[in-house]
Amino acid sequence: MKKRVFLDKKAIDRTLTRITHEILEKNEGCDNLCLIGIRTRGVYLAKRIQEKIKKIEKKELPVGILDITMYRDDLSKIKLPVVKKTDISFDINNKIVILIDDVMHTGRTTRAAIDALMDLGRPQKIQLAVLVDRGNRELPIHPDYAGIFYTIDKGEEILVKLKEVDGKDEVIIVGTQ
Amino acid sequence: MNWTKKDLLEIKKLTKEEILLILETAESFKEISLREIKKVPTLRGKTIITLFYEPSTRTRTSFEIAAKRLSADTINISANTSSYVKGETLKDTGKNLESMKPDVIVIRHSMPGAPHMLARTLKSSIINAGDGAHEHPTQALLDLFTIKEKKGRIDGLKVAIIGDIIHSRVARSNIFALKQFNTEVVCCGPATMIPPHMEKLGVKVEYDINKAVIDADVIMMLRIQKERGGVSYIPSIREYACLYGLKKTHLEKAKKDVIVMHPGPMNRGIEISDEVADGEYSVILDQVENGVAVRMAILYLLTGREQ
Repeated sequence: MKKRVFLDKKAIDRTLTRITHEILEKNEGCDNLCLIGIRTRGVYLAKRIQEKIKKIEKKELPVGILDITMYRDDLSKIKLPVVKKTDISFDINNKIVILIDDVMHTGRTTRAAIDALMDLGRPQKIQLAVLVDRGNRELPIHPDYAGIFYTIDKGEEILVKLKEVDGKDEVIIVGTQ
Repeated sequence: MNWTKKDLLEIKKLTKEEILLILETAESFKEISLREIKKVPTLRGKTIITLFYEPSTRTRTSFEIAAKRLSADTINISANTSSYVKGETLKDTGKNLESMKPDVIVIRHSMPGAPHMLARTLKSSIINAGDGAHEHPTQALLDLFTIKEKKGRIDGLKVAIIGDIIHSRVARSNIFALKQFNTEVVCCGPATMIPPHMEKLGVKVEYDINKAVIDADVIMMLRIQKERGGVSYIPSIREYACLYGLKKTHLEKAKKDVIVMHPGPMNRGIEISDEVADGEYSVILDQVENGVAVRMAILYLLTGREQ
């Protein structure tokens, strides 16, 4: 199995810095913003973006954790996933929610996350930030902020690894070719 | 850890890992009941029937609310308004219900083993909501969940179960559940209400409530099961209330942070005094609240199991 490092620790950090600036630019600062990470790795990316915004804007944004298991559209087809806690301790009504995930692929996770958020309130806007957009969408959903875009070939897989979960920061491509 | 069982019939057949999986899953579901919109689409398109041959307020409502909050469709059947009164057997009722393709049947019956018989006969998942004096698994699981929530752990606790032990499916299920953990369980009641050879289940037997409650972390009170003839096991209800009713003075002998539990329905003034039932140590209504989360978890695991 071939393995290629696509982004290393520094590159991931630079990419997140760019995404952070784009978020602040598009929303003209961080008033009314909140960050919600999709379990598991989206949560840690959300926390990193929170840190970066704190450095730039001197403001600490609330970070929430979203578990989308209960909203999956394939529960009857896959091995039953363990439901983990959703933990959003702040009101999302009329807020601009920055939804954060590590990899965007079919768009189905995002669809589930949007439905989950709508059940929790009525945000003013939801914007989507992802570290990797790997293409091959099955739903008409597009990220507002994407770190890198890479369409993978057949037999390839792109993996995001983060220090908090995997012990190391890197985005790698593994494949048979 | 994956859930593989089709049915939930008794705690005795569950492994510790399975119990922990249910409790962990329930923790995630608890938050839904605190939302403004108390509904998630997880079990959309699933049908759940509650089939109750014995009266129930809490268990039945709890199952129905749990199912509805997960977007499943629910149908309730009570024995006295069903074809049971026309002489239909349980097996036939079960088979007829199954023809309408329910995913889960929740059954309560006065006959021990009735849910097991249905489970063998039907393809639907069967949940035992109480079978005679045998088991009441979801009650024990919500009790465990409440203990874990209040105490932060289950291991190392002393639990006193007091009352009509011999007729209590709640006591039986709780003993099996608690003994999967490193707990000290004391069963207390009049000698006539303690089954022989109780010690073989790994519990201590005590006939004096004042001794049973000493250093207890959890006190679980049970009512006299009048429908199973409980009253004929004691000289009088008044005497029972004097000797085995839990009063505030008893709590002073227990741990400072003792919690008092009761599966309901309570008979105030008999097994529990008003001041204890409504007092600061009581977690009786927390048990009811947690019951919904635990039943949501069970419905999720059973309907989504690997087939």
